[in-house]
Amino acid sequence: MSEHEEHESSLGFYVGIWITLMACTGITVWAAFLDLHQFNAAVALIIATFKATLVVLFFMHLRHAGEKLIKAWVIASIFFMLVLIALSMADFGTRLWS
Amino acid sequence: MHDSATTAHHAAHDPALLHHFADESQQRNAASLGMWVFLAQEVMFFGGLFCAYLIYRLKYFGDFGAASQSLNITLGATNTIVLICSSLTVVFAVWAAKHGKRSMLLINLVLTLILGCAFLGIKAVEYRDKFVEHHVPGATFDFKCESPGHPGQLVPCHIPGNKDILVNQRHAEMFFSLYFIMTGLHALHMIIGIGLFLWLLIMAWKGRYTPHYNTPVEIGGLYWHFVDLVWIYLFPLLYLIDRHP
Repeated sequence: MSEHEEHESSLGFYVGIWITLMACTGITVWAAFLDLHQFNAAVALIIATFKATLVVLFFMHLRHAGEKLIKAWVIASIFFMLVLIALSMADFGTRLWS
Repeated sequence: MHDSATTAHHAAHDPALLHHFADESQQRNAASLGMWVFLAQEVMFFGGLFCAYLIYRLKYFGDFGAASQSLNITLGATNTIVLICSSLTVVFAVWAAKHGKRSMLLINLVLTLILGCAFLGIKAVEYRDKFVEHHVPGATFDFKCESPGHPGQLVPCHIPGNKDILVNQRHAEMFFSLYFIMTGLHALHMIIGIGLFLWLLIMAWKGRYTPHYNTPVEIGGLYWHFVDLVWIYLFPLLYLIDRHP
């Protein structure tokens, strides 16, 4: 059993992640009202992805998941979603819309 | 038929450990992998909708900006905060289940349920506003803005940043179609999540979860965090586009 011993995060650590997530929510609302020209969407998505990463790694315990197979599934799901979007955008971008 | 070997086998392990698993950690890993596979499917499920959103946002860029500005940013941000808080109560519940802290587990499950219901209540208020404003796609759809000079008077909306172009009603309708499909499916996931957590609460009340067996709390938590994740992307994409002056 000892080799399968799970890493235990403390409650204080979870509160720290929660405070970071709340701060990021504030930052993303604040940034939305700034005129960053074409970068508004990029900034919003980067903040959202940072928040999502925190949730997946620490709240969903992926950082300390015992099974590498679980990590492989997460990477696979992100990869195939990017394939879905990339191929659709390749079609959209090269199509002659009326 | 129970021979003596089977009886001895039953006595040797915890009743929560199913026979086809070697030990508790294998059983827990199998259940949690199953949940992650389901979540990978959910990523593709919502991914298709995000892809549709991306294509129409690029095609109807200004119309989406104008339509997005009619959403209530205060309620949207409040809901984001409500969901983040519920994620914290969920990790507390999972921690409590692992450490056998019964009252902490029960309190956090109840808090999660309250926050989940608060989210749906706020969402219902937002939907109600959209019905009143005729922003729901369909026969009565009518996207108008308040006149800058005459409060209360409704006039055709302009594209943000371009005062000469009026919003195309059909393009704005596409934004609200995506808005209702995406937030509606998210709300459906919330309702299912609340059902799951009610069940977890009943089982926790019965004392079913121990430090040795708490997998349902853990994978129920994974589901709840995933639903939170979807909202983390929905909030900026639906509420925060083209807000700057």
